[in-house]
Amino acid sequence: MKHSHPPIYGLMAEFDTPTALVDAAQTTYDAGYRKIDAYSPFPIEELAEAIGFHRNGVAPIVLVGGLLGCATGYLMQWWISTVSYPISVGGKPYHSWPSFIIVTFELTILFSVLSAVFGMLALNGLPMPYHPVFNVPQFDGATRDKFFLAIFYSDPKYNATETRRFLETLGARSIAEVPS
Amino acid sequence: MEEQNKKREEVCPSKKGKLDLDTARARISEAKGPEYWRSLEELAGSPDFQEMMHREFPKGASEWLDAVSRRGFMKLMGASLAMAGMTACTKQPLESIVPYVKQPEEVIPGRPLFFATAFTLSGYAAPILVESHLYRPTKIEGNDKHPASLGGTDVFAQASILEMYDPDRSQDIEHLGAMKTWGNFVDEIRGPLSAQKAVQGAGMRILTRTVSSPTLADQLHELLKFYPQAKWHVYEAANRDSYRAGSQMAFGQQVETQYKLDKAEVILSLDADFLYAGFPGFTRYAHDFAAGRNPNAEKMSRLYVVESTPTTTGGKADHRLPMRAVDIEPFARALASALGAGSSSTLSGEQQKYLSALAKDLQSHRGSSVVIAGDNQSPAVHALAHSMNQALGNVGKTVVYTEPVDANPINQTESLKDLVADMRGGKVELLIILGANPAYDAPADFAFADALKNTNIQTRVHLGLYQDETAELCHWHLNEAHYLEAWGDARAYDGTVSIVQPLIAPLYEGKSAYEMVSALAGQGQTSGHELVQNYWKKQHTGADFDAFWRKSLHDGWVEGTKFSSKQVSAKSVSAPSSSSPAQGFEINFRRDPSVYDGRFSNNGWLQEVPKPMSKITWDNPVMISPAMADRLKLASEAMIQIELNGKKVVAPVWVQTGHPDNSITAFLGYGRRRAGRAGTAAGFDMYPLVYSATPGFATGVNITTTGDTYKLASTQGYQTMETQDGATRPLVRSTSLEEFKKEPKFAQEEEPPPSLTLYPGFDYSKEPNSWGMTIDMSSCVGCNNCIIACQSENNIPVVGKEQVVRGRHMHWLRVDSYYQGDRANPKAYFQPVPCMQCENAPCETVCPVGATVHSTEGLNDMVYNRCVGTRYCSNNCPYKVRRFNFLLYQDWETPQYKMMRNPDVTVRSRGVMEKCTYCIQRITWARIDSEREGDKGGKITGQVRDGELQTACQQSCPTNAITFGNINDRSSKVSKAKSDPRNYSLLADLNTRPRTTYLAEVRNPNPELEG
Amino acid sequence: MDERNDRVALLEKQAPVIEPGHTFATVTDKISDVVLTRPITIGWVFGSFVAFMAVMGLLLAVSYLFLKGVGIWGINIPVGWGFAIVNFVWWIGIGHAGTLISAILMLLRQSWRNSINRFAEAMTLFAVACAGMFPVLHMGRPWLAYWLFPYPNTMNYWPQFRSPLVWDVFAVSTYGTTSLLFWFIGLIPDLATMRDRTNKKPLKFIFGALALGWRGSARHWHRYETAYLLLAGLATPLVLSVHTVVSFDFAIGIIPGWHTTIFPPYFVAGAIYSGFAMVLVLAIPIRQFYKLKDFITDRHLQNSAMVMLATGLIVAYGYGIEAFMGWYSGNRYDSFLLWNRLHGPYAFWYYSLLVCNIFIPQVLWIKKLRSSPAFLFLISLVVLVGMWLERFIIVVVSLHRDFLTSSFGMYYPTRWDWMTFIGTLGFFFLAMFLFMRALPAISIFEMRTLLPQAEVKHK
Repeated sequence: MKHSHPPIYGLMAEFDTPTALVDAAQTTYDAGYRKIDAYSPFPIEELAEAIGFHRNGVAPIVLVGGLLGCATGYLMQWWISTVSYPISVGGKPYHSWPSFIIVTFELTILFSVLSAVFGMLALNGLPMPYHPVFNVPQFDGATRDKFFLAIFYSDPKYNATETRRFLETLGARSIAEVPS
Repeated sequence: MEEQNKKREEVCPSKKGKLDLDTARARISEAKGPEYWRSLEELAGSPDFQEMMHREFPKGASEWLDAVSRRGFMKLMGASLAMAGMTACTKQPLESIVPYVKQPEEVIPGRPLFFATAFTLSGYAAPILVESHLYRPTKIEGNDKHPASLGGTDVFAQASILEMYDPDRSQDIEHLGAMKTWGNFVDEIRGPLSAQKAVQGAGMRILTRTVSSPTLADQLHELLKFYPQAKWHVYEAANRDSYRAGSQMAFGQQVETQYKLDKAEVILSLDADFLYAGFPGFTRYAHDFAAGRNPNAEKMSRLYVVESTPTTTGGKADHRLPMRAVDIEPFARALASALGAGSSSTLSGEQQKYLSALAKDLQSHRGSSVVIAGDNQSPAVHALAHSMNQALGNVGKTVVYTEPVDANPINQTESLKDLVADMRGGKVELLIILGANPAYDAPADFAFADALKNTNIQTRVHLGLYQDETAELCHWHLNEAHYLEAWGDARAYDGTVSIVQPLIAPLYEGKSAYEMVSALAGQGQTSGHELVQNYWKKQHTGADFDAFWRKSLHDGWVEGTKFSSKQVSAKSVSAPSSSSPAQGFEINFRRDPSVYDGRFSNNGWLQEVPKPMSKITWDNPVMISPAMADRLKLASEAMIQIELNGKKVVAPVWVQTGHPDNSITAFLGYGRRRAGRAGTAAGFDMYPLVYSATPGFATGVNITTTGDTYKLASTQGYQTMETQDGATRPLVRSTSLEEFKKEPKFAQEEEPPPSLTLYPGFDYSKEPNSWGMTIDMSSCVGCNNCIIACQSENNIPVVGKEQVVRGRHMHWLRVDSYYQGDRANPKAYFQPVPCMQCENAPCETVCPVGATVHSTEGLNDMVYNRCVGTRYCSNNCPYKVRRFNFLLYQDWETPQYKMMRNPDVTVRSRGVMEKCTYCIQRITWARIDSEREGDKGGKITGQVRDGELQTACQQSCPTNAITFGNINDRSSKVSKAKSDPRNYSLLADLNTRPRTTYLAEVRNPNPELEG
Repeated sequence: MDERNDRVALLEKQAPVIEPGHTFATVTDKISDVVLTRPITIGWVFGSFVAFMAVMGLLLAVSYLFLKGVGIWGINIPVGWGFAIVNFVWWIGIGHAGTLISAILMLLRQSWRNSINRFAEAMTLFAVACAGMFPVLHMGRPWLAYWLFPYPNTMNYWPQFRSPLVWDVFAVSTYGTTSLLFWFIGLIPDLATMRDRTNKKPLKFIFGALALGWRGSARHWHRYETAYLLLAGLATPLVLSVHTVVSFDFAIGIIPGWHTTIFPPYFVAGAIYSGFAMVLVLAIPIRQFYKLKDFITDRHLQNSAMVMLATGLIVAYGYGIEAFMGWYSGNRYDSFLLWNRLHGPYAFWYYSLLVCNIFIPQVLWIKKLRSSPAFLFLISLVVLVGMWLERFIIVVVSLHRDFLTSSFGMYYPTRWDWMTFIGTLGFFFLAMFLFMRALPAISIFEMRTLLPQAEVKHK
């Protein structure tokens, strides 16, 4: 069967100040829109709240990574020094645990760091070279001094005319269609 | 390149030296074949080359220089040269030689055979065993069955293996520089010989070094019967003229003096360095001396040394009296008179005090004392020694007289004088020089080189190991066969004859003196083997010559050739005092402890072995006393000009504590012009100052400072245990005999308990073997044997002066010498330091790759091929016994060296750490053997029986100072030694738990002279 | 919340962290223009050329080193470690300031850090790169350096985990990785900015690729902030551990002058000390030549100066205790070490070290001098020299005279030692020069957050 492609991806409203964006986002969310996103040139704590995004799941990944690193570090050293190649070194016992603490610690850090970085990127779905929002000409401003709010086509409440009217009520400086 | 050369000039400015490595390379690569060899020699002779060699190595200069350092330079040519010359590779001698323990057909590849033979130095044979791997001699050890060795050797004998493989040895026969064959020589010498026959040999002169070989002496006498007018001259710089004159003076005849030091309770040395190689009988004397120095025995001997320069003998003395050489004769006279032998003379207060105590001590030990006179003292001193020994009733007890070992005991200086006179008088037409090098080492006033060059001697023939200064001036040069390549015989100090059997066919088809002489007698084709055998056939009276021959070769000596003692009585010495007015300073000429009279100057091992007292390598600085240095405002490494009878010599100074004041010591044997890569231009030539009238020492020296300095390569940082902050470190521990009797455990400091560490220690008690070592410092005489033995056994490279200057010498085992007390006359201590094999080894803990780890037998193993070279282990080694290959020190090209190396020991490459392994290769063989015994039905304990295993250093030690073995075996020697109250470990407070421990030194001072 | 309060407070206080009158746009443009529009100046070309020549010298020295072996250096027995390890410790130490500024100051909510953390982190990276060279170069057989890593091999053999050098391998490589990632993560939003600001196709492509398609979504920012905070939290103990481990290289040894428990804290302090000195050495010219005084204000310089003063005093305390223990322990080897430092052949350098690290920096107490950039620049240079000398004293002077007087020795660096050291300096500055031209030297998005407009006003 033929898969029909949506004509547009969504609608995007442009704002001048963080405050305007946060308020707009809040209203939009309260209006029941869920498939929405907001874009700002710097992190704004209130913004995620406003669009109803609370838990980001990075921390647990890091915790798991850290524990994994810790175990790897110690077990590796223990196995190498007492099972795989036990040999007398400077009259110290094979399992000389105090000497193993450092490497264990370093590996804990290393694993946590890697999981933090790649976990975050993965959850964000980055790298993502193409995204429809980039098709909006003024979206360049999103990395400079402009603030954007987008409602997506995929939102059940989405309706080309309705949604556009709704956005106009938010006092956006401009509203643009996001072509897909 | 250009720019590089410029840099070089900057760093070491030279007035004219345009020569550098590149041009050298160029010159050499042009030449080929025999010229090749010559081009090197010309090069070595050229002033540019001299200049280059003479340039001082600038402090902290860059590797840019090292790139053209002597080492690099030599390595470059070593390979190609060897290629040019190598004719024979390893090849069994044609005649059957008899192995020490096994039949040669029983060769097990990988297992060495040992052959008995003898190394000869100035006529005195050192009986040795040569380790041979598939007929490649690789190491020299003492012949433990021979009374003159008892297993020990000396540095010269051991290092002679390197001489044999030296790629710089003369490799062909030359006539006026053209390559010739033995055949050519035999033919072409006929003319001159028949001419001589006509005149009964009136124009024929033969010059040899000291000859103790019965065969050679016999041959020469036969030859002289042929040519009645011909003369046999003997000369070598290290001669014993005054010793002979002394015996002449005392007995009216030539006798050999032997000492029985094990029987002596009071020993007096008058400038005699009998505890260092070069003194005839040294090995046995050192052994006997040590035997008498055991503080646990009921009797311990006492050593008095009166000496004119610090020596190891003086270092071991209980009472050492530094004294100018000229003053020793008066002292001897005074002592003699005190002992009721000879006339008196006056002394200074201190000397008088010393003398009276000494005299009393000698008197109270009649028959168990001995007086030994040094070779470079005046004949009178020798004569006095004889009469004193007689007066003390020592003759026949501690002193024995025999026939002279020297087959031709003439006054060698006189002999050479006559020769030169004849040469100048035009009487000499055919001069044959066998091994001697008078052009270099003859007394200055003879101007021998000049006589050789500028008198019209039609035929000058030189037979020698090297194309040396003398070879240069002769028409014919024949490359001599090394003693390890040729048949021969020689007498040990006690007269016992050893047959010298070759270990390998001559590498360069050299000829021995025996073959040379027989060629002169017209039998050019007779082999050395026949010559020696024929002689002994004549001597051997009994039946079954073969059995006799085999036995003699097997044992290493000919039964019944030991001299029997001789009854002689000394007349009291009436000789006039020969001491000259002591104006100006005194200069004291000594054979160098490393290169002897210069004959070993191309021997890298000997050049790099630290001289026992100063720890200097590669040079012969002039020794002066601290007081004198202060007066003349001289410091070590300052250059001075020494002037004696108009002759001037420039040399650096070394301030030597304990050196007598107003006197300097110059060591002979350096400053060679044609020695080879190692020896040429190393050090400074002192022979120009030696006159035939004053061979031992001279007075009236003028010293002026030149203002320059010269870098000397000493291997020891500080020779004192006091640090500059005034504290003293208990490195060498010693006490007097009485103190020891009172407090035997004086040396043992509180060692930390095993519980001190956080970790439980390893348990070695279950192991069949657990290796340990003790070093007895009462016995150690600092003779350096262990260093050379280790170097030979473990393929340790020679690094060259520049690297030593930078503190990178490679000796696994070093002998630290410390001075304590008054700088004018300090006590000296010798401490051999191998790896301590710590049970808690600090080096192991810090190695990131586990390249040094511990074996279950308690060895601190070094895994070369795992080492990445972080040098952390060396930094963390409190004993600093680890050695690092900072550059590629091993010579990987020269084929001769490949043949020489011990196949059981890895040849290390650049960038790895190395150190003493307790001769792990020997341990492994011993372990394997003990297990094989098990297979043969014995019970398999895996435990190596005590005494079956000796480390190289232990084996070479003439005094048995080093004991090694299994400390789990309670009955082993080493276990007993470790239970000795004197036993202590170095830096015990660091809790490293060393397996190598020391037995503290106990001296036996005379209470009268104490305090 | 409180962050904002103290920011407000700061803005009212004397020197602000950012000059008033800026908007999101001006901040963005001013910083990004340095990379995008500013023409290449003579000074930049000259500077980078000099640095480049030094790097060539490094290559020469290293080639010859690999050809001949470490024997071309001045090291010997007993002084088995020379310049190589001295430089290693020195560079690692310098690196620390970067991480400290970006991580620790962030946890402490020191928002003034925002304008200097970017190039401080870059500095860390380059310094760690310089440091990382030496452990490999100083090996006798550098081509086997990988044997220090645990990897399955035919010999079935492994590293020896009791050795501080193995700890180093793990600590330094972890540190390097972390610094790189931390720095890159911080760059992503600014790379996006660059992507959107430039109109040159190739640049757009490169920045675009590096920005990973960042679009500033609220969700992304949310995760981003968490990750960044966690990274800071992880980097903080890490940076402290790294120099601790480096100090173990010595403290684990039994050599007098090495074997001391005081090393870890005093090494870390020393690291931060030299690190901030280097930050100032870089920051002062940068703000000068790139007209960034609005963002790197006198306040930053003064804060750095005060950090130096504090850490400098900790270091001084370290020296004091070392000396005291030398005397108080009564251990003959330790007391000789003290004597040797004060009177031995390297005494001059020990006194120079005291002057450079302790006495001269005390003038920072004077506010007048503290607030003079030129003066601070000089002091920082002095401190850098001093900290290098400190490592030289610790490595060389401890080794050259340890237990057996017979093994006492001396150490003389060769021209190759110097070429290598200067070479790494060249490498470091060349890298900085290129960084200044290629990437935003100041974190743009974090600067934006410092602006008053960034505040969301609640109704």
